[in-house]
Amino acid sequence: MTKVTMTVNGKSVSADSEARTLLSEFLREGLRLTGTHVGCDTSQCGACVVHVDGLAVKSCTVLAQDVAGAEVRTIEGMANADGSLGVIQQAFQDHHGLQCGFCTPGMVMTAASLLKDNPKPTEHEVREYLEGNICRCTGYHNIVKAIMAASGQDVSAIAAE
Amino acid sequence: MYNFEFTKPTTIADAVAALKADEAQALGGGQTLLPTMKQRLAAPSSLVSLTAIPEMQGVCMSDANEVCVGGATPHASVAIHAATMFPALAALANRIGDPAVRNRGTVGGSLANNDPSACYPAAALGTGATIKTNTREIAADDYFQGMFTTALEDGEIITEVRFPVPEKANYQKFVQPASRFALVGVFVAKYADGARVAVTGASSDGVFRWAEAEAALSADFSAGALAGLAVPGGDMISDLHGSGEYRAHLVKVMTGRAVTAAA
Ligand SMILES: Cc1cc2nc3c(=O)[nH]c(=O)nc-3n(C[C@H](O)[C@H](O)[C@H](O)COP(=O)(O)OP(=O)(O)OC[C@H]3O[C@@H](n4cnc5c(N)ncnc54)[C@H](O)[C@@H]3O)c2cc1C
Ligand code: FES
Ligand code: FES
Repeated sequence: MTKVTMTVNGKSVSADSEARTLLSEFLREGLRLTGTHVGCDTSQCGACVVHVDGLAVKSCTVLAQDVAGAEVRTIEGMANADGSLGVIQQAFQDHHGLQCGFCTPGMVMTAASLLKDNPKPTEHEVREYLEGNICRCTGYHNIVKAIMAASGQDVSAIAAE
Repeated sequence: MYNFEFTKPTTIADAVAALKADEAQALGGGQTLLPTMKQRLAAPSSLVSLTAIPEMQGVCMSDANEVCVGGATPHASVAIHAATMFPALAALANRIGDPAVRNRGTVGGSLANNDPSACYPAAALGTGATIKTNTREIAADDYFQGMFTTALEDGEIITEVRFPVPEKANYQKFVQPASRFALVGVFVAKYADGARVAVTGASSDGVFRWAEAEAALSADFSAGALAGLAVPGGDMISDLHGSGEYRAHLVKVMTGRAVTAAA
């Protein structure tokens, strides 16, 4: 066991970690931040996406020790300072972008990463960017709509399906 | 996954020394190796992370008109930084997997793994790239030795890859949507002294050069020049995603599209 320290959602945190401890395990079991979901554990579904030094990564496919010292942001860090939902989260609620909610943390983190680089994406760009995020419930349509709305674009023309 | 020792050196020399340990293995972005270790198909006793070595990071242009990519440079960084130097290479990097995979996966890891459906092997073979390791320089034509097999020795690390910039080039990937790898991918490049065509995803020998297409395109770099060619022979991969005949057919179609799109 090695003590691994990193900054998570702006706070310096540490927890014991084996070499094989994944970032997803470090967050969920070490820090009890269970908002990050593990859907597949085989690098396919994107439910576990968090940001490491500003970049979206699949936390089930990164070793905690490999990102020691990094700035990590998880879904727990996406709400506003007063506890209200952040813009992307609120858009998911407003546009019915989730059903069971299992994929949602990864969807929101991936969307945040997209909007940082591309503040006004086209619908096609949103769909491309979500390539690695799988949702079993929604059919994606309302997720795409929510992300378009979060980017400040008019989504009234995107019909509900 | 079984436990292991973990080290994260900051120089190539220290990484090479750490890899001398019994059953030590290099860790690039981990996008292939970690899933493999979870399945216990690999169980190294120590992992040496290559991601904190500044000498192995970044994209630049050499005096010999080659794009030089550090061995541990992630795909996303190549997509951004090679965009003006070598647009076809940047576009290839930008279509690997998904954004999260591209933020971690590295060019060295992709070439060391030599998955028969991976994208970078097509770029390396299709440009006649030079694969630079801690001990030598290997020409792409000598490097790929069948699926998951390369000229690398145990403990040898890819420190840099140099891609000669062509006059025109394009990569066409027919995506296998479940894995996001190439069902068939073709990299076409036109140089002053002739054309090169490298095919991934199709052959059970891994990436290969389609010699007949290269000859035809060297004489006339147009999709029409391919019309009379038979689809490539050889041992095509045949699985639930597509038969060997289907893949061979796709090779010809994707080569034509790549030539038309080459800019
Ligand atoms: C969901 C998903 C989709 C993907 N889609 C694609 C795709 O469309 N196209 C594609 O080409 N790839 C795809 N990949 C694979 C991805 O590109 C991997 O990043 C890549 O194949 C391996 O790179 P890595 O840096 O992650 O290597 P690792 O997983 O860390 O290592 C792979 C192997 O290379 C060795 N190694 C690593 N770095 C070096 C080095 N510098 N020198 C010598 N040996 C080294 C390791 O020891 C190991 O044996 C996908 C992966 C996932 C998870
Ligand atoms: S849990 Fe990490 S990609 Fe599915
Ligand atoms: S809302 Fe259920 S998996 Fe996406």
